[in-house]
Amino acid sequence: MVMHETAIMPPVKTSRLEGDILEISMGPQHPSTHGVFRMNVALAGEVVVKLKPVFGYLHRNHEKIGENTTWLDSMPYTDRLDYFCSMTNNWAYALSVEKLAGIEVPERAEYLRVILAELTRLQNHASLLGFLLSDTGAWGTPLMYALREREKILDLFEAISGARMMCNFMRFGGCRCDTPDGWLDRARKVVNEFPAFLDELDTLIVSNEILIARMQEIGKVSAELAINAGLTGPTLRASGVNYDLRKVDGYGIYPRFKFRVPLGAHGDCYDRMMMRTLEMRESISILKQALADIPEGPVLNPKVKIRNFRPPVGEGYGRIEAPKGELGFYLVSEGGVSPYRYRVRPPSFVNLTILEEMCLGHLVADVMVILGSIDIVLGEVDR
Amino acid sequence: MIGAGIIKGMAVTARNFIGSYFEADRLTTVQYPEERDEIAENYRSFPFLLFDGADPEAGLRCVSCKICEKECPPQCIFIIQERDEKGKPIKRPKVFDIDISVCMSCQICVEVCPFDSIKMDKCFELSGPERFNALLLHKADLEKSNEYYHQIRPIEATAVDEALAAAAAKKKAKAA
Repeated sequence: MVMHETAIMPPVKTSRLEGDILEISMGPQHPSTHGVFRMNVALAGEVVVKLKPVFGYLHRNHEKIGENTTWLDSMPYTDRLDYFCSMTNNWAYALSVEKLAGIEVPERAEYLRVILAELTRLQNHASLLGFLLSDTGAWGTPLMYALREREKILDLFEAISGARMMCNFMRFGGCRCDTPDGWLDRARKVVNEFPAFLDELDTLIVSNEILIARMQEIGKVSAELAINAGLTGPTLRASGVNYDLRKVDGYGIYPRFKFRVPLGAHGDCYDRMMMRTLEMRESISILKQALADIPEGPVLNPKVKIRNFRPPVGEGYGRIEAPKGELGFYLVSEGGVSPYRYRVRPPSFVNLTILEEMCLGHLVADVMVILGSIDIVLGEVDR
Repeated sequence: MIGAGIIKGMAVTARNFIGSYFEADRLTTVQYPEERDEIAENYRSFPFLLFDGADPEAGLRCVSCKICEKECPPQCIFIIQERDEKGKPIKRPKVFDIDISVCMSCQICVEVCPFDSIKMDKCFELSGPERFNALLLHKADLEKSNEYYHQIRPIEATAVDEALAAAAAKKKAKAA
């Protein structure tokens, strides 16, 4: 159902904006921009006719710092890229270095990585849905339910790594330490209880008329445009493109697990939202399989040196399916103690590039919903 | 029927609201500081220096090798080695400062230390009267005993003690 007329202005970019146009600056301190992000929006009435994203407010020189510190020292800095998903950031960086240096990872560490990455996906998607509902006007309440569930997963992270968000847990050739006593049982309990929350969330969102009016047919992206713009992750799959790196690359031990990749049909905000709830159910299925067959054994390859780690000369690109999309690290080694080039390919940044195409012709209130449905974290966009 | 979805959603909210009075799962708030959650064994805040025995000066494990100073990603550790009257270096730090307003609790100093002398603390209530000297910890503030380490991390401390004892026994056997 559509409550208001959408697509009043044709989605054509014009350099000269004519008529009664109001130019406003949204952000950088806007509560719905998920951080410090600014958009210069030109409005005809309430309809967006031009939108220019402005970012860089959170720029911390991540890549240059990576080139000036040792290989290991970049690991805690990767936590701060997408600060919701430090475990997957760690994994992407560790995977790139392992590819570059040809390091083997023990079996138990691979399982542990899958478990932690899928838990990260659960908490990221849960909190994203909470924030998205907050953006659509459901102030606070669904967000608090989401954060309540996220807290249980963060407690697990704290028990295993020592920190709730800045985990710094993965190492080249495995994970830093083994699980504490009883951690796997706690994880099983959390995973078994999570579907109850998902059912509750589904009741809240699936048939809610306000959400449907606010989200269906808003911010549509065709499959062609999504592929051209280089979108990845749930934002791409919402447009109906079957591309999941867990299936395509099969990195780690993902080929061993049975799971489905949910696909959208319309590429609008509603599909992007539903993509997250469906992905969480698949994550739970992966987690149940991984927690059932995790073997005993070491978690760190003993051949890898902690100090004075020098990979051979060469370059490597490792990529994983982070909760927000393809997260890749491109590393060039000259055989020294620090990388010659350290480049991050962040999913949020690339997914943000077609924000204008998504927003043209929609109301100014829809901009926040569209931005929320892309799922960005400014730590990763600005680096 | 229009509005049915909203009514279903409101039922969920009502169930959560009323449930929060009866179900422990829905009552997640802890009344800090009167009530406190148990802290995980692995939890880490900021580094401290370990010493054996009762005297912090004699028992300090740190030999001032400066590996942690070099490896620290935000460069928050500052060490000056002790020297005797002739200017010969002694294996002891004269100055050991950690600026915890810079420290990001990454635990890399603990991992690279070959002497098990730097460990992560669990104390998180660190507010000070001002933001410069109150957050710059000197050697005297950082020195904590092995008993304290056993108190905050019983499992890890026992493992470290066993490894150190095994290494000492091996060294003794080699010398004999």
